[in-house]
Amino acid sequence: MTQPVLSVRNLEVEFVTRRATLRAINGVSFEIAKGEVLGVVGESGAGKSVTGLAVIGLIDPPGRISGGEIELSGTRIDHLPPEEIRRVRGKRIGMIFQDPLTSLNPLYRIGDQIIETIRTHTDLSESAARRRAIDLLAEVGIPAPEKRIDGYPHEFSGGMRQRVVIALAICAEPELIIADEPTTALDVSVQAQIIALIKRLGRDHGTAVMLVTHDMGVIAETCDRVAVMYSGRIAEIGPVQEVVRNPLHPYAKGLMGAIPTLAGEDKRLVQIPGAMPRLSAIPPGCPFNPRCAFAFDRCCIERPEPIRQGTQSVACHLFEPAKETAA
Amino acid sequence: MLAFTLRRFLQAIGVMLAVGIIAFAMFRFAGDPVNQIVSIDTSAAERASIRQSLGLDDPVLVQFGRYFINALQFKFGVSYQFRLPVSSLLAERMPATLELAIVATIFAMVAGILMGVYSALRRDTILARLFQAISLIGISLPTFLIGILLIYLFAVTLGWLPSFGRGDVVKLGWWSTGLLTVSGWKAIIMPAITLGLFQMTLIMRLVRAEMLEVLRTDYIRFARARGLTTRAIHFGHALKNTLVPVITVAGLQFGSVIAFSIITETVFQWPGMGLLFVQAVQNVDIPIMAAYLLMVSLIFVTINLVVDILYTVVDPRLRSTVGRAA
Repeated sequence: MTQPVLSVRNLEVEFVTRRATLRAINGVSFEIAKGEVLGVVGESGAGKSVTGLAVIGLIDPPGRISGGEIELSGTRIDHLPPEEIRRVRGKRIGMIFQDPLTSLNPLYRIGDQIIETIRTHTDLSESAARRRAIDLLAEVGIPAPEKRIDGYPHEFSGGMRQRVVIALAICAEPELIIADEPTTALDVSVQAQIIALIKRLGRDHGTAVMLVTHDMGVIAETCDRVAVMYSGRIAEIGPVQEVVRNPLHPYAKGLMGAIPTLAGEDKRLVQIPGAMPRLSAIPPGCPFNPRCAFAFDRCCIERPEPIRQGTQSVACHLFEPAKETAA
Repeated sequence: MLAFTLRRFLQAIGVMLAVGIIAFAMFRFAGDPVNQIVSIDTSAAERASIRQSLGLDDPVLVQFGRYFINALQFKFGVSYQFRLPVSSLLAERMPATLELAIVATIFAMVAGILMGVYSALRRDTILARLFQAISLIGISLPTFLIGILLIYLFAVTLGWLPSFGRGDVVKLGWWSTGLLTVSGWKAIIMPAITLGLFQMTLIMRLVRAEMLEVLRTDYIRFARARGLTTRAIHFGHALKNTLVPVITVAGLQFGSVIAFSIITETVFQWPGMGLLFVQAVQNVDIPIMAAYLLMVSLIFVTINLVVDILYTVVDPRLRSTVGRAA
């Protein structure tokens, strides 16, 4: 087996507040291989974005990585000194944020922002960096890039700005792209284009992609594997077809049942009762137990560890090998 | 862009017209100027001839028209107390005031921006807290008190700096400058600090607040995610965005620096327009008061105009409405 591009083991992220220490990420492990797209789904506050920020080293105080390891192509990148993790950011890991309207500095030409990033990470001259910037804009599908490179962000539409953001994220040929809800702020018609673009770039350059989203349609269309997060943990992870068609974890089941389809109009969509617990009030045992229809005594006492089920991995006591019950 | 500038320009002219009417009204309502000029034993005939020579018996509208046309040519009449044209009196005093105002503003901008940036980036250090404390003092202590304290400390007790005047000045054409001599620089230090302290604290607090705001924005987070150096992020991306409101405030404050130099000039006996104005008020020398009012408003209006235009230079979003459609 080849070495994964990104390997996260038992990641823990804490936020220290005056009242208590809140654990936003609690023992998350996953890997992303070269050229693979991993989708990360879950409700708001499940820890999807925090996981992405932890990987790129942008957790700001009072938050901190309190445990676990993050490896990028075999080298540990958590707990690097600030100057070294800065060199990793943008060069080896590219990041795309949710809102393209606010991701670009309004006072600088987009070309200057791209050239600045290229020159931070490479030895290219000003003019070579400019040529590279034009190539990048062409690659992400900006028409007339040699003209638009001198435009300001406000002269671009939302979709075009997200393309510029993507060009910025890939300008140093990173091994990994973290896309944090890259399409949430865009029109549906533009969403599909941006997703296709991210997918194509990942394929062409062999880049690993971590795609954080809550849009199951995007996941099904784009990802090779998907991780379902709940309350700072991974409830289930596996190949996208398996997880979407045959979810094992009760929460994943609920999530997949909540996807509207045109074919099944007669069926009511599944609702998961209740809401995700606040970080300050996570129940003992499995955090999903208050909302789970299959919960039994053990769920309220013991925290379930990930269990392999074929190609999938699920953190649920229902799949304990000793007392296996029908799912 | 051109339409914008033109509109602002017309508005500025409107404001100046209004101020002109007020300045002229001062002549009508602030007592009889003839009484200020003559002595008690002047005969009625002499009074009438002075009145006529000053044009004070013409209809109001004629007087206003004359005043307005003269003002356009920077003729503001003759000072009652000095018997000299007001414009030459002002021109003689203007370099002193402008030099003081410029040095004070540069001091306020440089110190204010440096302290503001520092206290935003190193929020929890002792020095940052000290700056905050200083800014509180600067905002709450009245100007004249700071001036007097400075004089007491540096002129009276330590004897390092002169307590009044401009020091030696050098004539450059009609402009007299104190910035080319050592004694001139020594003399300007305390008045400039006194005059600029309030502006400095204002700018410092503004820069600090704006900087903290900007550092929270998405584009700064994205700049960090791109691996730019901290230096490039703080001083390239964050500071430039911070400066947009700072330019406005600093620009508008330059007007008040000139206007409020009255107090500083009085405390330090600085031979500028402010001191001239205070003397004029004491002697009911209306031509000087009116001309000073017009001058200060002209400076304010001009600065406003320049600030508006500067905005568009810094912020491309305001530059054109044509490019937006592209």
